[in-house]
Amino acid sequence: MNPLLVLAAEEPAELVTSGFWVEWAGLILISPFVAFLLIVFFGKRMRYQGAEIAIGALAFNTVWATALFVLNMTRGVLYERTFEIARIGFLGGTRELVFELGWMVDGLSTMMYFLVSFVGLLVFIYAVGYMEGDVRVTWFFAAFSLFAGSMLVLVGAPNLVELIIGWEGVGLASYLLIGHYWEKKENSSAGMKAFYTNKLADVGLILGAIIVGVTLGTFSFSELSRVAAEGGSGLQTVASVAAALLFFGAMGKSAQFPLHIWLPDAMAGPTPVSALMHAATMVTGGVYLMARTFPLYQNLAEGVRPAMVVIGAITLFAVGLLALVQDDIKKVLAYSTVSQLGYMMTAVAAGGYTAGLFHLFTHAFFKALLFLGAGAVIHAVHSNNMSDMGGLRKYMPTTYWTFVVGSLALAGIFPFSGFWSKDEILATVGYEGYTFVMWVGIGGAFVTALYMMRAMALTFGGTYKGDGHPHEAPKVMTWPLIGLAVPAAFAGFLNIPGIEWPGIRNFTEWLAVRVVPMGDYHPKSVDVGLAAIGLGAALAGLAVGWWLFGRDASTQAERDRLEIPLLYPLFRKKYYIDDLALGLVWLIKAPFARAVLWINDYVIDGIVNGAGMLTRGLARFVYGGLDQRGVDLVVNGLAAATDAAGSGVRRWQSGRIQGYAASFVGGVVVLVLAVVIFR
Amino acid sequence: MIINQFLILAALLFSLGVYGLLVRRNAVMVLLAVELMLNAVNINLVVFEAAIRSTLAVGQVFAIFVITVAAAEVGIGLAIVILVFRNRKSANVDELNLMKW
Repeated sequence: MNPLLVLAAEEPAELVTSGFWVEWAGLILISPFVAFLLIVFFGKRMRYQGAEIAIGALAFNTVWATALFVLNMTRGVLYERTFEIARIGFLGGTRELVFELGWMVDGLSTMMYFLVSFVGLLVFIYAVGYMEGDVRVTWFFAAFSLFAGSMLVLVGAPNLVELIIGWEGVGLASYLLIGHYWEKKENSSAGMKAFYTNKLADVGLILGAIIVGVTLGTFSFSELSRVAAEGGSGLQTVASVAAALLFFGAMGKSAQFPLHIWLPDAMAGPTPVSALMHAATMVTGGVYLMARTFPLYQNLAEGVRPAMVVIGAITLFAVGLLALVQDDIKKVLAYSTVSQLGYMMTAVAAGGYTAGLFHLFTHAFFKALLFLGAGAVIHAVHSNNMSDMGGLRKYMPTTYWTFVVGSLALAGIFPFSGFWSKDEILATVGYEGYTFVMWVGIGGAFVTALYMMRAMALTFGGTYKGDGHPHEAPKVMTWPLIGLAVPAAFAGFLNIPGIEWPGIRNFTEWLAVRVVPMGDYHPKSVDVGLAAIGLGAALAGLAVGWWLFGRDASTQAERDRLEIPLLYPLFRKKYYIDDLALGLVWLIKAPFARAVLWINDYVIDGIVNGAGMLTRGLARFVYGGLDQRGVDLVVNGLAAATDAAGSGVRRWQSGRIQGYAASFVGGVVVLVLAVVIFR
Repeated sequence: MIINQFLILAALLFSLGVYGLLVRRNAVMVLLAVELMLNAVNINLVVFEAAIRSTLAVGQVFAIFVITVAAAEVGIGLAIVILVFRNRKSANVDELNLMKW
């Protein structure tokens, strides 16, 4: 029997462990791939060039995921189904490694199914309007389906191997989508940068998975959780190594400092891609992995956690600061995503499983909303730069109001969703004893509010500075904005500490069906003092932002009012991390390249040239010796002999009848004489 | 029955035909020479039949076949000669040397 189910036996009776919705939930994982194939083969011939297939698949998923979500919210779900693919013996056959594929339905994956499907559906619908007239709409939607499908495989995976399959699928699809406009070199380079950075981190993930698999004999998460919960004393060292490696993998996907460098460049892709990538798909993968393997960090690898908290804290504060100097509206949002991922990582690392995932949940809504709003603005202005915008409040009211909702949620203003999740993170981090990190988080809240105020003021305030007359986006784009603004505003109410909604289980409770005691902290009631400090920081950020950028900033000098002599050049250069990474790559690459060049010049060229010369010599012998001397001699000799014979014989054929008659008579005479004489 | 004199006559006639065949230049005369040779053969056939007296008179019958074939041959031969003469204003056998390599 499934170890997960054995452990869950103490769960309340209403827990859903069978039935149609959970037993066929694997269809959620498959449908986007079916859509992908259908779009590739039939998309071009359809009315919306394949978009309807992609939307259909995600609509199906949204319905299914909503059903699971509601089931989980009211009763709780727990189901795991795996199919054995391969079984490999090692250590002389004494140990076995089982490879399985399947799907998992529990609180965590249900939340992710719902997020990916719901946000994905709205983004897909939005993309129909945004991508209209694009050169490769069909391919875009095919890759988009692949993107969503890979993420669903990632979050539905019951073991590390399937998770890696989804993980790499997400990496591939993001590469394709970031480089969607590959005609420009920097766009395809951005795709490659994302891919390479992720690949570097993936090495950690794969090594970590191998260590887990070899140690446990299985890659299954439930088995991993069970072993971790038991807290085997001999496993601390190997668990710490595995945990550190897995975290390194998560750092790449979830853009933690210093592997965050790919994410801002990933803005080269179309805006719907950025929206989906930053909200529900891709970057949440790392945080999801940390949450999925949470018992490992909580019980066996405590030693790794402080380092994780520090990296998360650096990410949330230092990288957030970079958003202050960006002119490209999408890059502001990109750095803000990195910063928010820092919050999530810090929370999960500090022991706030619920807090980190709750922030992931709310962040998905408001960040998708902000990106789609930015996309609507870009669509109207035909520029990514905020210096070309301004005053759009008058022209684009729907976009403006939804963007404000998203910004306030991101800034953490009461009562929008970001306030509740950020507050829970701060409370958890503080409770776990990382007081300094908690203050860094409060500082981060100030910075977040500041750059969002700047973005709002430069985009929607003041007067319009771009070309042409901007118009409100079409309905197909504004409806998804409204659809996202509602949860962005209200999702926070799902998890207010100390408040129970009738008929609905607490977020903390339904998020993780406690198959094993997790030992994580979640506040029992709102700490009003801390909430007030966090809200105060956010409001201060908004106020300072309004004070600095609220007036119409039409000149570069006014926009750069915040110019601080030493810090700003540092921000503009992105702390030189990109250059550092490039230098590091060069340092590794240069000797390697030189060695490869040497091998190429002397070894491979030698082999190739040698083979060529050998062939040439052989050919020369065959031509000169065999063909010209031997074969030609025979052929020419035959021809000459035939010619000579013909020349000799043809003299006999004179054409004179009487000559023939004479020969004939002569022949007869000779015959007669022969008969007479030799008889 | 003594047949020597007939055989000698036939031999002379045949030799005359061979001579004519090899020496005469006019195609008509060549055909005539061929006729001479055929008739020499006919004499032989008839004479040997007279000597042997077979019940079916094979020699005579065969002679009649030869005469029939000779008539057909002359008919075709003369037709060729006439056509050649029309084309080339000559029936000289020496000049008909086109049928060679």
